[in-house]
Amino acid sequence: MTKPTKLIYLDHAATTAVDPRVVEAMLPYFTATYGNASSVHSPGREARQAVEKARQTVADILGAAPKEIIFTSCGTESDNLAIRGVAFASRDKGNHIITSSIEHHAVSHTCEQLEKDFGFKVTYLPVDQRGRVDPDDVGRAITDQTILISIMYANNEVGTIQPIAEIGRIARARGIPLHTDAVQAGGTLDLDVDHLIVDLLSLSAHKFYGPKGVGVLYQRRATPLLPTQTGGGHERGRRAGTENVPYIAGLATAMKLARQHRQENSARIAALRDRLIQGLLETIPDCYLTGHPTDRLPNNASFVFGGVEGESILLNLDLMGVAASSGSACSSNSAEPSHVLTALGLPMKLCHGSLRLTLGNENTAEDVDFVLLILPSIIHKLRALSPEYPEKA
Amino acid sequence: MKSNEPKSTRVAVALSGGVDSSTAAALLVQQGYQVMGMMMRLWATSYQGEISENRCCSPAAIKDAHRVCELLGIPFHLVDLEGEFKSRVVEYFCDSYALGRTPNPCLACNRYIKFKALLHLAFDLGAEYLATGHYARIRSHNGKYQLLKGVDKEKDQSYVLYMLGQRELRHLLFPLGNYTKRQVRAMAAEDNLPTADKAESQDVCFVSDGDYRAFVAQQRPETVRPGPILDLQGQVLGEHHGIAFYTVGQRQGLGIAAPHPLYVVEIDPSQNALVVGPKSAVFRSELWAEDVHFVAGNPPPQAVPITAKIRYKAKEAPATLIPLPGQRASVVFAQPQPAITPGQGVIFYQHDIVLGGGIIASAGKPEA
Repeated sequence: MTKPTKLIYLDHAATTAVDPRVVEAMLPYFTATYGNASSVHSPGREARQAVEKARQTVADILGAAPKEIIFTSCGTESDNLAIRGVAFASRDKGNHIITSSIEHHAVSHTCEQLEKDFGFKVTYLPVDQRGRVDPDDVGRAITDQTILISIMYANNEVGTIQPIAEIGRIARARGIPLHTDAVQAGGTLDLDVDHLIVDLLSLSAHKFYGPKGVGVLYQRRATPLLPTQTGGGHERGRRAGTENVPYIAGLATAMKLARQHRQENSARIAALRDRLIQGLLETIPDCYLTGHPTDRLPNNASFVFGGVEGESILLNLDLMGVAASSGSACSSNSAEPSHVLTALGLPMKLCHGSLRLTLGNENTAEDVDFVLLILPSIIHKLRALSPEYPEKA
Repeated sequence: MKSNEPKSTRVAVALSGGVDSSTAAALLVQQGYQVMGMMMRLWATSYQGEISENRCCSPAAIKDAHRVCELLGIPFHLVDLEGEFKSRVVEYFCDSYALGRTPNPCLACNRYIKFKALLHLAFDLGAEYLATGHYARIRSHNGKYQLLKGVDKEKDQSYVLYMLGQRELRHLLFPLGNYTKRQVRAMAAEDNLPTADKAESQDVCFVSDGDYRAFVAQQRPETVRPGPILDLQGQVLGEHHGIAFYTVGQRQGLGIAAPHPLYVVEIDPSQNALVVGPKSAVFRSELWAEDVHFVAGNPPPQAVPITAKIRYKAKEAPATLIPLPGQRASVVFAQPQPAITPGQGVIFYQHDIVLGGGIIASAGKPEA
């Protein structure tokens, strides 16, 4: 089979191409309307107007008030601000944080540092084999010292969607703020903060055809938050630093576009995903879907294969013009098996053979067909080379 | 049956002069309805100097339909719908080919002529129902009408009826839906209907000798415009006679010598080009459709599993239907399908139930 003429990009959980309409919306704020949004003169006021318009757009999509929206530099910053901000603001109330064992490192490493260097206690809740947190576990883990719960909306590696609203009801009843890392959900899932019953929510523009370098933290009114970055009074004193006007405009435009046809796009991508999952499970022996079979991101198809290294699959796919990833892009370079896969209770030998294919709006059914055509023979070939694999031909 | 008292109910039967519609009329008479025959004159007269003798409304067919009515003792009405037919079906047919599409004129005829104009004329004549000889069924289910395939799977004609909605279905009867073609012929013979042995008519009814290319060339001389035949990489391989004369999946008549057989993969009206490739390139896994209609009135609220039929005689294939705004829909197939052809109807089924359908806009993902 020959390499297709154009790249087949199946790594949308890592990042997406910026939509040309988003670029268009950003351009005026580099050289024409370049004012500092804090300045009183007219270029400054125009920049302020752009920022506040973007804030309104984001607030409308989240079902929030504009002043509950904080613009940040990325999803990682949003997670950091939420967790550190609430933790440090609530030290007089308690020192206990509840999170899950499959969070993105932006959450888990932040929690670990609070634990190690600042005397906080953290409960890392287990997940079931499909990657779901049991809301009852959350309820059971709450103590009178608990000041924050942080559970991701959808997992970046295996795509499992968490029962956030159920957890939210429990947290609300106990008066504990709930943060959710919604970075992977930004383009495809419902983001209404009242449906989700969350108090803090992190987003990143580059996961939904916006630019890298801009994110959002939603902070429900009256949720305690100590700024982690101090300086000017930007973002109502919660995040100092000159507003990144073009990127903020780009984020809002990308979000609006992503929400416009969210349901149709998600449904179409989910249909392609199901085709991919079904096709690979049917044609490749010793291949397993990771994550939840139905409650998963519409664009996520993730697998583990017996007797192959994930890294080798990626290289072979790359040779054929297919861009994919093994686990999450942030940790693809490490030899350690993913903390997510081990938390699912998968046997260690399978954890090394993971593959994540994440679809996007520009993918076609033919892209899926091509993967279905080449991947079985790649796996077969790699297994034949593996001295340990017992079922080699 | 929709009425408890057939005797009080007036039904108009659309007659073509063929065995199916004749038998439908006979069945309704036996069931006690007050039946009248209606026949449409669509294309029987001369058109731009050419005398066309199509099978549906030729003088012979009209005579047959009239004789059936006399035999059954029911009135016979010949109605003239030539103007509508010309604008809604024939023009559409030629325009579609000119755009590089492959139309199914029966879909346009059913939508605008048979189940709209004729239905209204039937109402004008005092009928409560219009009956046709289609092999399909109507069922009332939870206060809504459902359209189902005919019992005879070989003969099922639900494909050409997907455009029917609740308004039409409540006034339609398909008396043959529960019978096989064999049973229908037997009934026709038993009733001594003069049409019992007539052959099937399936070609485009207004193209007298079956040569649609000659017809389109005559109606739209401007379509006889040669252009390039390109391979998948965009290299010119030869010249075609005009995109109107080709259809997706076609192999013959390209006039190109190549080591492997070449098939029409795509017709690109913007470049007046035919794109050809190996047989594998004719297989595609996704399409999007326009003018999408759902029998229930509304699209399903989310993506649903269906079987889809992409041509009248195609096999149904498992797929996912994704309703889109603006009366559009995406269909993603479980397996690649041969020759997804723009202009043809795609019909959505769940088992025997027709969910709806639309006109294929193109293979691949929907245009933004």
